[in-house]
Amino acid sequence: MRRPAADASPVDRLIASHRLRPIELLPWVIAVAAYFVFPDYLPLGSQVLIMILFALSLDLVLGYGGIVTLGQSAFFGVGAYAAGIYSVHVSGEPLSGLVVAAIAAAVVGVISGLVILRTTGLTLLMLTLAVTSLLEATANHADFLTGGADGLQGMTINPILGRFEFDMFGRTAYVYSLVVLFLGWLLLRRLVHAPFGQSLIGIRENVTRMHAIGTPVRQRLLTAYTISAAVAGVAGGLLAQTTQFVGLTVLGFERSGAVVIMLVLGGAGRLYGAFIGAALYMIAQDQIAEVDPVFWDFWIGLLLVLVVLFARGGVLGLCDKLLLVVRRRR
Amino acid sequence: MTAALETVGLSRRFGALVVANDVRFILEAGARHALIGPNGAGKTTFVNLVTGRLRPSAGRILLNGTDITALSQAQRVHQGLARTFQINTLFRGLSVLENVSLAVAEQAGIGNRMLRKGRANRGVVEGAFALLERLRLADDALVPVHTLPYGKQRLVEIAIALGLNPSVLLLDEPAAGVPSVETRIILDVIEQLPDSIAILIIEHDMDLVFRFARRITVMVQGGILVEGTSAEIAADARVREVYLGERQHG
Amino acid sequence: MFAATISILFLGIAYGMVLYIISVGLSVTMGLLGFVNLAHGVFAMAGGYVTVTLMNQYGVPFGFALLAAFIIVAAISVVLERTLYARLYGAGELEQVLFTIGLVFMSVAIVRKLWGPLPQPFHVPHVLDGQINLGFRSFPTYRTFLIGVSVLLILTLWLGIERTAFGARLRAAVDNRRMAESLGINTGRLFSLTFALGSGLAAFGGGLGADILAIDPGYAFEYLVYFLMVVAVGGLGSIKGPFVAAMLLGIGDTACKYLVPQLGSFFIYLAMIALLLWRPAGLFGRA
Repeated sequence: MRRPAADASPVDRLIASHRLRPIELLPWVIAVAAYFVFPDYLPLGSQVLIMILFALSLDLVLGYGGIVTLGQSAFFGVGAYAAGIYSVHVSGEPLSGLVVAAIAAAVVGVISGLVILRTTGLTLLMLTLAVTSLLEATANHADFLTGGADGLQGMTINPILGRFEFDMFGRTAYVYSLVVLFLGWLLLRRLVHAPFGQSLIGIRENVTRMHAIGTPVRQRLLTAYTISAAVAGVAGGLLAQTTQFVGLTVLGFERSGAVVIMLVLGGAGRLYGAFIGAALYMIAQDQIAEVDPVFWDFWIGLLLVLVVLFARGGVLGLCDKLLLVVRRRR
Repeated sequence: MTAALETVGLSRRFGALVVANDVRFILEAGARHALIGPNGAGKTTFVNLVTGRLRPSAGRILLNGTDITALSQAQRVHQGLARTFQINTLFRGLSVLENVSLAVAEQAGIGNRMLRKGRANRGVVEGAFALLERLRLADDALVPVHTLPYGKQRLVEIAIALGLNPSVLLLDEPAAGVPSVETRIILDVIEQLPDSIAILIIEHDMDLVFRFARRITVMVQGGILVEGTSAEIAADARVREVYLGERQHG
Repeated sequence: MFAATISILFLGIAYGMVLYIISVGLSVTMGLLGFVNLAHGVFAMAGGYVTVTLMNQYGVPFGFALLAAFIIVAAISVVLERTLYARLYGAGELEQVLFTIGLVFMSVAIVRKLWGPLPQPFHVPHVLDGQINLGFRSFPTYRTFLIGVSVLLILTLWLGIERTAFGARLRAAVDNRRMAESLGINTGRLFSLTFALGSGLAAFGGGLGADILAIDPGYAFEYLVYFLMVVAVGGLGSIKGPFVAAMLLGIGDTACKYLVPQLGSFFIYLAMIALLLWRPAGLFGRA
């Protein structure tokens, strides 16, 4: 990390710490390079990008806001089904489909947030789980709309901006996902470094203090929750549009659990933990789970246990420790 | 003249247990007022009622003449009421400057701004830094708060409260847990606070109380026993009786 | 209509009893130490597998198989608790959630490897097969037996908590841990014992309810929501609260499955959300 001169005032140094650092462009370099280096893996690549967006949305409420939720899949799923149903019944135009997904998820976010954010701890956790289970049960039974257990069929997606058709190599899907992820990242990065994001950190670190400095805590969390829901909804919409299918697995406990694992593996509350964790998880899953799903379950469980016991900050946390050791040796 | 802070018939009970008993309290503008009493007298409860952490069973609270009884904690802060906690309640992983900046940002009403560019936040950070300089914490500005010695953390606690630009400041045992060599710094800081702020200090350290306070209220078992100037209280027999056998802990 | 109501009540009560026996341990350990243990279902699952395997593979009589399940799983849980769980007692909620989810993943994988993905067949012992006439109508013998055993077990548990010294210490520690410690109660050891007892009970419940909650590798995930619901709605740390919650859940879920099968669990989730909003600490919990 390039710092301002050591004799720069603390004010300057604090302000500078929020500026964009060159290393933050690394993920984009890698993502663009992957397009050219791994042309056969672009469908997997799109999935990775979508999951990164999903994990980013979770980071806002969990990593920064400190809300432990197993219900993030509710918004992902609502976004997916909204985009899917929109494409089947209204229009195959993809960009408007994403907007619909975002709005639908945000509405669910604000309503469930109003209701849930009055509670804490296990009750909160339970309620988040209940909401996503409720939506899963709804999607299962409203099969006239959602296709039920068979999934939503008959989606057609028009070319993006009328020009870029979805091809069978997944090239358009990849670039589409990359651009949407980039925009989502821009938004979240700005949020997180702004007073809003800093106040979320405050709420996470010491909510008593936040009340005592005049923060309308519940309002703040509700806003974060709604934005996070919208972003998760966009990720779900992307999944629906790039695969032209929506199944029940977009909702429920396992989808929520997976994104929490991704974020924690990479490192929560760091923004880039989402990138690392989602990429590692999806790639490993692709390599291992297809071959031996039982193996995958066991090792992801073991990894989770080990991370919690020895590496709570995830990969980024380990990197921090490594850097400390390296710096001390100098 | 309107009192800075006033409570009328303030009461709080938990079932049969009465922790605040019809408290009538007045804090004058620019006051230097101490609230003392034995342990369990209800002093912190009183502060919690006034700040809104605890809802009263009965009574009203007025801040600069405005009835704030129905307001939330956060709303009361924006009306000009700030407090410190008996036990440090800081953002332990953040730096001193970040701790105070959070308070200044909320006070300035920009705590919810999402798309502010870095340059515009400068005003907030500079204001926070100015406070640190006043409290002689500037050298520790970028140090994580949990690495500071306890006495300095107490100062950060006060800095945060000052960052809220209060008209009424409630200090809950500011010297608690601080080694006696360091209490002088805290006392200096408190003494140098502007007259525009009305200050109520809860303390057990009687040296600190008599040096600082012009008026003293003695609270016992949730109610006010006696109130008066520091000279009157020092001479009051009932007060001595209440403290009989209670050695002050400095 | 009346007959249907009786059936629903009967089956619902049986279901609720099983849920309660499995979940009561979770309620107490969570109330005692505030530890979010999402892996509790694993103990019930293990109990189910041990019971069924002993019966099917080794011809062990049902009653002994259940006891064996209780003892074996309780023993394993003590080892787990001392070696792994104990390290996380001071950790935050997220860590505990993640850790226990990790345990669930691992257990599910192990079980799937050893026993395969299909549900284990549970053969009701001959003596409990068929119907039993309780005077005004007949009921399935097995379910009647289940209710009977559960009632005995629950009464023993409640009496034990109310009347024994152990129970008194437990109640004290749940109520106010620090105070209990200052009275000389070794809460660490108390917790280990309670954890073992709760896990053993879960195992017993898993075996006993093998007919209702099918024993397959997905058990620990599938039914987790139900166990957590019983505890959250009943009130953490409460012994009687989860009983009420389990009854509500058992009867409610059975009723919904019979009367409005198209909506399935929808109403149960909705009802739980409503209950938790009305009483965030649970029906019998302390705020």
